[in-house]
Amino acid sequence: MSTAATTSENHPSGTPDTVEGAATTPDLELPYRSLGLKDNEYADIVTILGRRPTAAELAMYSVMWSEHCSYKSSKKHLRQFGDKTTEAMREHLLVGIGENAGVVDIGGGWAVTFKVESHNHPSYVEPYQGAATGVGGIVRDIISMGARPVAIMDQLRFGAIDHPDTARVVHGVVGGVGGYGNSLGLPNIGGETEFDPCYQGNPLVNALCVGVLRHEDIHLASATGVGNKVVLFGARTGGDGIGGASILASETFEGGVPTKRPSVQVGDPFMEKVLIECCLELFHAGLVEGIQDLGAAGISCATSELASNGDGGMHVDLESVLLRDPSLTAGEILMSESQERMMAVVTPAKLEAFLAVTAKWDVETAVIGEVNDSGRLTIDHFGHRIVDVDPRTVAHEGPVYDRPFARPAWQDALNADGVTAAGLALPTSPEEVREQLLTLVASPNLASASWITDQYDRYVQGNTALAMPDDAGVIRVDESTGLGVAIATDANGRFAKLDPYTGAQHALAEAYRNVATTGARPLAVTDCLNFGSPEDPDSMWQLVEAITGLADACQVLGVPVTGGNVSLYNGTGEPGRIDSSINPTPVVGVLGVLDDVAHATPSGWRGAGETIVLLGTTRAELDGSVWADVVHGHLGGLPPQLDLAAEKALAAILVNASRDDLVLAAHDLSKGGLGQSLVDAALRFGVGARIDLTALLTRDGVDLATALFSESTARAIVAVPRGSEVALADLCSARGFPLVRIGETTEDGVLEIDGLELGLDELRAASTGTLARHFG
Amino acid sequence: MSVSGAAGARIGVVTFPGTLDDRDAQRAVRVAGATPVPLWHGDADLGGVDAVVLPGGFSYGDYLRAGAIARFAPVMTSLVDAAKGGLPVLGICNGFQMLTESHLLPGSMIKNERLTFICRDQVLRVENAGTAWTNEFAAGEEITIPLKNQDGQYVADERTLDELEGEGRVVFRYVGGNPNGSRRDIAGISNARGNVVGLMPHPEHAVEAGFGPDGAAGLRSGTDGLRFFTSALTSLLATA
Repeated sequence: MSTAATTSENHPSGTPDTVEGAATTPDLELPYRSLGLKDNEYADIVTILGRRPTAAELAMYSVMWSEHCSYKSSKKHLRQFGDKTTEAMREHLLVGIGENAGVVDIGGGWAVTFKVESHNHPSYVEPYQGAATGVGGIVRDIISMGARPVAIMDQLRFGAIDHPDTARVVHGVVGGVGGYGNSLGLPNIGGETEFDPCYQGNPLVNALCVGVLRHEDIHLASATGVGNKVVLFGARTGGDGIGGASILASETFEGGVPTKRPSVQVGDPFMEKVLIECCLELFHAGLVEGIQDLGAAGISCATSELASNGDGGMHVDLESVLLRDPSLTAGEILMSESQERMMAVVTPAKLEAFLAVTAKWDVETAVIGEVNDSGRLTIDHFGHRIVDVDPRTVAHEGPVYDRPFARPAWQDALNADGVTAAGLALPTSPEEVREQLLTLVASPNLASASWITDQYDRYVQGNTALAMPDDAGVIRVDESTGLGVAIATDANGRFAKLDPYTGAQHALAEAYRNVATTGARPLAVTDCLNFGSPEDPDSMWQLVEAITGLADACQVLGVPVTGGNVSLYNGTGEPGRIDSSINPTPVVGVLGVLDDVAHATPSGWRGAGETIVLLGTTRAELDGSVWADVVHGHLGGLPPQLDLAAEKALAAILVNASRDDLVLAAHDLSKGGLGQSLVDAALRFGVGARIDLTALLTRDGVDLATALFSESTARAIVAVPRGSEVALADLCSARGFPLVRIGETTEDGVLEIDGLELGLDELRAASTGTLARHFG
Repeated sequence: MSVSGAAGARIGVVTFPGTLDDRDAQRAVRVAGATPVPLWHGDADLGGVDAVVLPGGFSYGDYLRAGAIARFAPVMTSLVDAAKGGLPVLGICNGFQMLTESHLLPGSMIKNERLTFICRDQVLRVENAGTAWTNEFAAGEEITIPLKNQDGQYVADERTLDELEGEGRVVFRYVGGNPNGSRRDIAGISNARGNVVGLMPHPEHAVEAGFGPDGAAGLRSGTDGLRFFTSALTSLLATA
């Protein structure tokens, strides 16, 4: 149990550790270090309060000042996302960074809110519950904005596929994402799965949720209106997840003392589903002035943030909180991360109506406090004043660090060790090319993820126009017009390891491209930055480079970051070494808008006789590629060249071509290169093709293996209906964008590439067999 | 496709805490040309509806056993009586589980054979085109609608299974591989009168081109599920 509790129970006087008592016992030692606070941070708290904190106050500060809640190491750098967002980029932004999630105007009075968040550390400790509550947490963020959640996506990164511990994590995480998401009635419309030894002790479980609302329905987390009631509703508060926020995110728990392994929260998706419907009914009836979900740091976070964002004062009587376990102490109640709870601010006049709605949904509700204009957050427990703080010092004025960062000592050597320098041999004979292509198709990171995605409901709500394995998930928003959104997320940790600045930009470019292949106009960005320890200058450098790169690229592409999440301390190795932490993994999600989702372009070929055209230029860019990884076990050199102007031009071509019915299918080229994209497009609906790369090889001066395996960016393959080839060429030439015809679809169930024959049955078996074989 | 003259038909869709596909079932009713009427688990009044859909989801979290708690909801007491009196009732997924729990249909559902949630486009063979919910199909016709569940393995004792087969009450069978271990590939059954039908796959998710399963006409073009709802309207018109 938490040390704060022990302190409270063991207080010398035998009474609760009150504010009054704290003033008279200034020298009492509090166990702030084991709550994750540093000496200087504790000293700051004492200075702010003018006395030592009470045990309850210490509990609040420790969780709210943790890396997870305060962003103290990244805040300084995250400001770039706001600073580099131009006025023009704000055009569609209704709510920007800083709220529970950003809100984007998609037209017709509709708005969309979306965010991606991490739940990495809990998912290693307890994969099922860690992943489940990760989904639960991001969904509550979306509800808090006043939106109906309409879809989720998951970005999963595991250790080596054949490592003995990986199956444990995979089964738990996939079960948790599915078990929770399926029970909420949210379609899972896509995501990512990656296996890499760097994630062995640090799996990454990121989850994205998207919600839909009318402009007038936007709700914010603020407590305004003196005399308004503070209402806690949903699940009861229990002993799960206490201290999770501060301790799990503060330091690596590998090799730590046992008390650094706190309990992971336990989710109840049924409660969350009821809570969603209950909240939507409350919003619809206009019964809520302000609302905040309870996630990390529980009541500490919700009360201090609501008060800090509002009129600045709030009083709470903590004994009013409904408990699962009556033995919980004040500190534990404040820190508990019990799931499926919400806090609302309600006017006295509407309280009765509010309680009627929660009663209808059988949601337990307690009025626990009131908004006032004292400028203080005061909390009493059975009449004893145990908290008296300025809420801003808890929620928003926590420590900000300017952590030292420096280009790692090993970076130059890594960059010098490219595919050419390392002398990695490309296959030369057609048989070798064919064999390597099949090896790649079956490799863990290119193989079909259907073993995972078939465990997720993609149909519920009836608005899914595209889902995995297409390039982006597409959801209808307005049933009368077909207006909807496309979302794709991407990350390439290998590229980011080679160069975090462009690596983050690659993630953005790929997600942007994936949204455009469906025909959607990219509009806004969310990100989840998964990095190592900020106290390690190497990891800190990676983080700063990635943020800077992403912010710069967002500006060029004209898409603002609307919100996201940072997950640090994803490392278990000795600091300063090349393998200290995970590959830096900035996951970037892009949201685009489609006027009619019925018009969305799928990734696969639909029938024979379609002309296949490759858009973009292919260069010999194999550093960091899947080919280098799978065939040679190699990572070194520099990521492919990034041309954001070309990405922008390609997206415009794809969007216009879709609008004008010039393409029947479109699929981006990224991991695995052209070879993998051709296989994907063929397997999607089981349509083969005859491909002739002669013109491509001549034009771009590359050999067959390079053409198939290079991961040059700003490329896509499209299938063009007969008669539309010229119109597409005109669209490209108007933008000076290269295209080359590389073949046509056929009826014979074979993908033939320059004479190499690959049966679709053989390809399908290779693609779908891998995950099933390891986890089946 | 909708049944003309059916707009006056009112089809109730029950929402329990934890129901997920209620709004989808309402949409399906609307697309079929009738008027959906939301019904609430705690309200025994069926509002004089002409038919009822028990939609999918995880009612009461499916805690204890799928459909086991829902069976005791006030609305179910009225529904069981009405069904025995001939009211057309369609139970989809969790709704099917409620129908077996309330003994309107025999047998039960247990966890899928491989213990995981399954989401896929599923081919079914319509074995009985004579029920209130299948009269617009042809016997032996193969249709595709989504299957998505955790507890979808239909089980019953051999005598019950023989009885169902003998009386033509096996309404749908899985084709192209049994996805979940259901006895005799059974995907859906009916009561003796044919007014109560339950099945695990989801017809309400195959009613609109663009949002259903992939079909012969292209991506997500499958609308085979719509005929469940138009069948009900046809049978209502026939008895009106």
